Amino acid sequence: MSVLTNNLDLFLRAFGQTLQLFAVSGVLSLLLGTLLAALRVSPVPVFRGIGTMYVTVLRNTPLTLVFVFFLFAYPLLEIVKIEPYTAAVVALSLYTAAFVCEVVRSGVNTVPVGQAEASRALGLTFVQMLGTVVLPQALRSVVPPMTSTMIALLKNTTVASGFAVFQAGTIRDSLSEQGENVLFGLLWVAIGFVVLVMPLTYAQQVFEKRWSVAR
Amino acid sequence: MSMVLFDVPGPKARARHKIMAVIGIAAVLAVLVYVIMRFIATDQFSARRLSWINYKQIQLSLVEAIGNTLSAFAVGAVLALAFGAIFAAARLSDHAWVRAPAAVIVEIFRAIPLVIMMFFFYYGLPVAGVKLTAFTAVVVSLMLYNGSVLAEIFRAGINSLPKGQSEAAYALGMRKTQVMVLVLLPQALRAMLPTIISQLVVLLKDTALGFLITYEELLRWGTRIGGDAVNFGRPMISVMILVAAIYIGLCLVLTWLANYLEKRNRRNKKVIHLDHAEPLALNEVKV
Repeated sequence: MSVLTNNLDLFLRAFGQTLQLFAVSGVLSLLLGTLLAALRVSPVPVFRGIGTMYVTVLRNTPLTLVFVFFLFAYPLLEIVKIEPYTAAVVALSLYTAAFVCEVVRSGVNTVPVGQAEASRALGLTFVQMLGTVVLPQALRSVVPPMTSTMIALLKNTTVASGFAVFQAGTIRDSLSEQGENVLFGLLWVAIGFVVLVMPLTYAQQVFEKRWSVAR
Repeated sequence: MSMVLFDVPGPKARARHKIMAVIGIAAVLAVLVYVIMRFIATDQFSARRLSWINYKQIQLSLVEAIGNTLSAFAVGAVLALAFGAIFAAARLSDHAWVRAPAAVIVEIFRAIPLVIMMFFFYYGLPVAGVKLTAFTAVVVSLMLYNGSVLAEIFRAGINSLPKGQSEAAYALGMRKTQVMVLVLLPQALRAMLPTIISQLVVLLKDTALGFLITYEELLRWGTRIGGDAVNFGRPMISVMILVAAIYIGLCLVLTWLANYLEKRNRRNKKVIHLDHAEPLALNEVKV
């Protein structure tokens, strides 16, 4: 307990930084992922190909490798200098976007073809069809898996520990420098993540029950 | 690809799509050309920076590094599958005193980041006098995390079987263990096999986290050779392209296996097609 109370300031700052990393890369990956999903369901085959290529490469690459690329390899290309923090945000966003894309795409695909066909038969315009028929149904099946993706992103922010980006994963470094008990320190970090993740998991279950579409 | 959102394009739309396709290709080409120009401008593929390929020592260490990645994967996968099976069985138990602790353990290990677990086993435990090698720390963490996820997959698979299956088995006079082992498990395993394999892809990717606790796997090999400024002038780009290609190749082989099994399942009439298999697979997002 004393590890936590003596270093409360460190813990709060580190977890704050984790949440900030999470929020920034969460928003960016949602935007990029939705854009990619739009590419993957677009009627232009080339766009679909680009989206599929991106998702295949990023989904099959370890996140740590994406980090290594942006922190160790990218600077060698001498394009634009970026801070380690920015590099971490870029790596997390690019990686998570591939998963967001898959979630959005499969959400759109769960809406039966008949729904779109029926709205066209009723004379709805494309925007009306999307806004009043397809997207509301797609959203319901998207929210629970999107929550899991975001939970994974929250946990993945700790990968930045290997790359000198201050967040909850680097609490260990600061503690061992001060000669504090690392074992209990890490236990507190783990508890911190359980506390952060549990409400999200609970919310996901509630969404899933309340929003499940009877088909 | 079903055209959910679009009508079949007419002549005008087709012409528009062609123009957009040209723009799309041009944009991708522009990015690629720019990256390649940066490669050339910073001389990433000079003879000196590629000379590491010639050294027998380095080739052997690459093979060894791939071996280390694969052995962490193999041991981790076997342990995670066993852990998952045991905890799925415990969560399906009729006794609350078995069910409740198993549920708590599974939920907790799913919530803790793998990195923190690895740090705990590698840096934390020595404080208490228990010294683990990097390999053990990686494998144990992979087992706990992926095992917990697999436990949920197994459980979901068994729960999604039609109730009639277990009812019929009980009606035939089978005991609980018999119902589980002879009737439910074989069907659930078949139905969940693609999901299980895609979780194994995640496990394979997660072995790269061993990099953070100095486990000598493929990625660590890459940063060691790629960071060598003295002999090769930091050939990080070429080495990382190779490392990425190896990881992607390994993962694609596993993914291909999952797709192949799924296709074979679809043809097989013995497999029960689960009603809500799709939302289930959708909710177990592997990241």
